Amino acid sequence: MWALRGLRNGVVTTRWPSRPDPYTVAVAGPATVLDAHPAADGGALEALCPTGAITRAEDPAGNGAVRLDQGKCVLCGRCVAARPDVFGWSTGPAAAAVQRSGLVVPELPESPERLAELQDRLRTKTAALRRSVHLRHVDAGSDGSEEWEILALANPVYDLHRLGIFFTASPRHADILLATGAGARGMTEPLRRTYDAMPEPKIVIAVGTDAVSGGLAAPSYAVTGGIGDTVPVDVWLPGSPPTPFSILHALLLAIGRVPASSSELEYGKGGQR
Amino acid sequence: MNSDVITVARLSGDVTALWYEVAARVAAGHRFAGLFGTVRPEGLVFSAHLVGGDGVTVAEAVLPATATSYPALTPRLGAAFWYEREIADMFGVIPQGHPRPEPLLLPQPPEGALRPRPGETGGPAVIEPDPYALPLHVVGPGLFTIPHGPVRSGVLESIEYLVETPGEDIPHLNMRVFYKHRGLEKRFEEMTAADGVLLAERVEGTATVAHALAYCHALEQVCGIEVPWPAALVRVLHAELERLASHLDVAFRLADGAGLAVATARFASHKEHVMRLVSRACGNRFGRRVVVPGGVSRLPLASPADLLADIGRLDKAISSDVAALMGTASFLDRLRRTGVLSPERAREHGALGPIGKASGYSDDTRQHRPYDAYPSLGLREPAPRGAGDALDRLWVRWDEVAQSLHLLRQVADELADAPDGPVRAHCDPAAGRAVGWAEAPQGEVLYDLRLEGGRLARCRPRSASFHNLVLMHEMFHSDILTDFPFIEASLGLSVAGVSR
Repeated sequence: MWALRGLRNGVVTTRWPSRPDPYTVAVAGPATVLDAHPAADGGALEALCPTGAITRAEDPAGNGAVRLDQGKCVLCGRCVAARPDVFGWSTGPAAAAVQRSGLVVPELPESPERLAELQDRLRTKTAALRRSVHLRHVDAGSDGSEEWEILALANPVYDLHRLGIFFTASPRHADILLATGAGARGMTEPLRRTYDAMPEPKIVIAVGTDAVSGGLAAPSYAVTGGIGDTVPVDVWLPGSPPTPFSILHALLLAIGRVPASSSELEYGKGGQR
Repeated sequence: MNSDVITVARLSGDVTALWYEVAARVAAGHRFAGLFGTVRPEGLVFSAHLVGGDGVTVAEAVLPATATSYPALTPRLGAAFWYEREIADMFGVIPQGHPRPEPLLLPQPPEGALRPRPGETGGPAVIEPDPYALPLHVVGPGLFTIPHGPVRSGVLESIEYLVETPGEDIPHLNMRVFYKHRGLEKRFEEMTAADGVLLAERVEGTATVAHALAYCHALEQVCGIEVPWPAALVRVLHAELERLASHLDVAFRLADGAGLAVATARFASHKEHVMRLVSRACGNRFGRRVVVPGGVSRLPLASPADLLADIGRLDKAISSDVAALMGTASFLDRLRRTGVLSPERAREHGALGPIGKASGYSDDTRQHRPYDAYPSLGLREPAPRGAGDALDRLWVRWDEVAQSLHLLRQVADELADAPDGPVRAHCDPAAGRAVGWAEAPQGEVLYDLRLEGGRLARCRPRSASFHNLVLMHEMFHSDILTDFPFIEASLGLSVAGVSR
């Protein structure tokens, strides 16, 4: 009886990333900067953000470059609502970066050598994984929503298995550690021990703004403000919580399988429907 | 909405007078809904929440700052068991006569431990929990402990269950909930009312809307305002969608536990469709940034007609699979008489949400203390349940799913006819104290907050998960190890809401 029921709705699974999917752009990602040089306003822009993600470069005239650290963005939308001329929502699943500073928009004048070095290191690590990758998740003080979104990847709509990615119960089988939460001090030791128990090569993805920077839960006596001080992070994924598609993108980024042309990632920008 | 604060024995230092008051009210039919502490200039204020009639009464007493212990309430009222352990962790006072005065949220070595002391400005920058400060209790021939957690197989929140067992039976269970304590109550302090709602949404992320509602209801009571009618409807829309997603989550975990691959896949798909409906309505999959003090941020992005069509499709898809699931004997066998909570214990403890309802004890705030658009909407009385097992807990969820779909249809209809106008009233109070509530998928959420100079001086969220999880101690009668995942999933609680 259940077997027939399973066939009832045909194929519901997305074909992303090989084909675009309209839902990849349906949910807003972290806020972004549209105009980096608005008129001076005496610090009002910085004050908009409850987590201090917005900064302005020093400038005698007061209109230095505006930057937004998406690693601190909790997607409250306050900046977008107050100054739609300066801030907007980012769209699409490509929210993750391979270095913490890569989450700052507009991009910092980072040395390209450093980025290339990080990408090389990641490539060396992931070369051995090929097309079978196992995930282990550890909650280090999340609000519970990140777990729902990670678990959603196993449902038939996202069906992680089609990409050769699987959840594993034991860290001994795990290639990638998905860590969520603001870094609760009670989880520092269990998180470190899980990481130590994984075989080399191993990759860590900080899933969600809380895992990247602590979000609204930091600073506090009870959290370390992200998991970066406890385990070495390879991929930083903001979002409060990140969408299943952006988690999928972060996974593909970690294992070097993000399509070469970024346009293939986005709906309506090439590729077939 | 109606919350009173009454003061019992202020400045007398006689906490016992408060316990008499609490016990007398419980005997007269009030429900004990929580206990917490706040550091104030006069000492440590104990506040007990008592629910009855159409509101919440807060009874208070002060323990002088010099006191290091007080006579415990738990021997008189078992429901205070975890609340007093939390107070001991937060303030370092010892509940004399408590049957098990061990740390709950903040294990630390006994000497020289730092305490967060909510209510007091500042506080320690870092508190490192020490799991070795917790004793183990394994007594009896052949008994041993199976530690399960905090990192468990699967994508789960961090909690440790110490299962004390002679092999298969579970004579005793210990829960260690401190691992993901985030110290959120201290984080609320000094926040503006507008920032506070963002943090409230993240206290228990899978009940985002309910927490934001309870928080905003408290603020709105301080201001003495009613939210505009369209805003009241949008709030109910998101609160009920949240309930659907949460109950479908429980169903898919139970089906997964029983190894029903197709049922797992189908209920997980239904949940995904609910979350996509939420994102079509507001741009976020959890209904975040919808609820704001004084109303909602905007009307739904989708038209009422589209919402109605989506709700109809969901109803059809879910009902058909529910009928199939509840007719699958191999599945029902795993739930029937599993994890029984007796009606007496549910009533004594004041068990909340589906856990209480499945044991014949129901105090649904949407019905008894309605808010927003609920007073004007039909809720439809569900069939009474009372077996108290995992099966009845699932049946209660299906009853609630039917109620939610019924409410959602009414909301979509009403939204189509709602007049144009503001969706937000002005609500930015400078000072005051109130209690707000809302019915989360897990049961009643309470927020008790006090504002001073436009900032939060104290904000105490009490999730249904915290109040209910302690009951899991009592659910293993003839159950064996393989029943454990079913019992845990059937509760549908969030660890984030417990540990905060």
